[in-house]
Amino acid sequence: MSLIVSNITKTFDHFPALTDVSFQAEPGEFLALLGPSGSGKTTLLRLLAGLDQPNTGTVQFDGIDYLALNPRDRRIGMVFQSYALFRHMSVAQNIAFGLTVRPSKERPSKSEIKATVERLLKLIQLEDFGHRYPSQLSGGQRQRVALARALAINPRILLLDEPFGALDALVRKDLRRWLRQIHDETGVTTIFVTHDQEEALDLADRVVVLKSGQIEQIGKPVELYHRPQTEFVFDFLGSSNPAPARVDGDTAHFDGFSVPVISATPLNGQKTTRFRPFDTQLATEGAGFKAKLVSVLPAGPSLRLELKGADGTLYEVHQAHDSNAADLKVRDTVYIRPTKVYAF
Amino acid sequence: MSAKAARFPKTPAAIGLTLFVIAWMVLVIILPLANVLFEAFARGVAPYLTSLAHPDAISAVKLTLLVAAIAVPLNAVFGIAAAWAITRFEFSGKGLLLSILDLPFTISPVISGLVWVLLFGAHGWFGAVLQDAGIQIIFALPGLVIATILVTLPFVARELIPLMQDQGTDEEVAAVTLGANGWSLFFRVTLPNIKWALTYGVLLCTARAMGEFGAVSVVSGHIRGLTNTLPLHIEVLYNEYDSVGAFAAATLLAGLAIITLILKTFLEWRFAGELAAHRKH
Repeated sequence: MSLIVSNITKTFDHFPALTDVSFQAEPGEFLALLGPSGSGKTTLLRLLAGLDQPNTGTVQFDGIDYLALNPRDRRIGMVFQSYALFRHMSVAQNIAFGLTVRPSKERPSKSEIKATVERLLKLIQLEDFGHRYPSQLSGGQRQRVALARALAINPRILLLDEPFGALDALVRKDLRRWLRQIHDETGVTTIFVTHDQEEALDLADRVVVLKSGQIEQIGKPVELYHRPQTEFVFDFLGSSNPAPARVDGDTAHFDGFSVPVISATPLNGQKTTRFRPFDTQLATEGAGFKAKLVSVLPAGPSLRLELKGADGTLYEVHQAHDSNAADLKVRDTVYIRPTKVYAF
Repeated sequence: MSAKAARFPKTPAAIGLTLFVIAWMVLVIILPLANVLFEAFARGVAPYLTSLAHPDAISAVKLTLLVAAIAVPLNAVFGIAAAWAITRFEFSGKGLLLSILDLPFTISPVISGLVWVLLFGAHGWFGAVLQDAGIQIIFALPGLVIATILVTLPFVARELIPLMQDQGTDEEVAAVTLGANGWSLFFRVTLPNIKWALTYGVLLCTARAMGEFGAVSVVSGHIRGLTNTLPLHIEVLYNEYDSVGAFAAATLLAGLAIITLILKTFLEWRFAGELAAHRKH
């Protein structure tokens, strides 16, 4: 019962929104579509839901040609960033909607619908809210109702379009954990669109990284993070510093020191490698990139230092609060040494 | 939630301007309306009631109601269809369609009547064909109805378009993914969301349809007891120096206007958030 997306291409007025996109979602998998705005992730979601048709390519679920199915027959539960709750219906009516609009032959009985609604209200921990209206709920509550409404139709696939985009940071984090829990309980194959890399890496079993309508990399969060295959993936998943080096297989040589290099394929020659702010050592003398301290941001799990190299390069470096870096002052000269670098 | 507007200081100029506006409205609206009542009852209640009970007056009221009863539902259906097409689909020429939709507002009602005479009148384009078929449009009910439809065409659509634009398509898209067909989509999602704006538009449309004079005057032929609507009936009586009769009939129209105003104010007060004209956010 896996979802197989093959060679999807979609253009809008000659603008290529998606180019040759293929991936597969295994049964019960939690998949994230990650990319910046304009990367085509929402377009892809709309194609899966049947709200748009691709120019070429196929979408199959459990052997069924999904592109030939009307959106209302796809049994895809969709959750929108804007919640899209029916404002004139109570919470209970919202959740029941997908069941009550079924043709009379397939429609469950009134008592069955009521039982389903109650079960889902319990699942989303809003048991006493059935009679309320969406306008009487907080953003987080509304999104939970939207999820219950999508789950009510017993969907084959659950699609979530930036579900937490309109919520504040604390609620987001809470709902994120809760969503993962619901997924693990219900076991519905879930595809979820986000531009927030932290959200994608936290939640998903696998992440599909999109850039300008093309897939950059598909992988488990840990693979993506530790083995990024493209510069884009590396830069998108976190802060990154440039470091020109002579790469020789698995070692990058700098002026006065050498460090291990991580790359998808063995590389040789002059490369602009990259390193993470926390893969660094700072020293007041010795080998390294000479830089002046511009500012120190002390709030957070580590000290974040902004430095400016002699050639104008800006660096971001993270050091422990109790390290020597705590004694540095703005305009001090330091030497930055990455402990490992990535090359593409 | 509407943000509180910054308030102007109460200067003599501001007070003067307010007083001027109030005085002007009394002069041009309240006084003439009061005069209608005064003239209607100038010779007492009995002549007032007698003139309203005249068969021509009763026939005019019936015709006015009949024309509105046909024209308003048709305009409501068209208005919903137009608002749906404009706010839910992308197509070229949308801007042009919106401008054409406003044409009945800007064009003189006399023209709105005359176009039908030029098309369906005895010497119009289709005049001969219609005559042979024995179909009478001009100087008959169909003419009154189409002239009224043309004049009142934009009211419902104009009320719905901004609201539906504002509400967006999210709820409808959600309904489709949940399995709703077109029918349940419209009656269970779209219609409940626009019902008050629709009521508001229908109300304005009805008021205008009943009060319309210019366009109807051209196509009516002023046949007493047959093709005279209430506004036309008033004119006929007035031209015959039956001022009590004319003003008595006018009280009906004025009464209608006041009822419309009350309903309109009620809708605006009660459902402000669901009316396009008074969006709360």
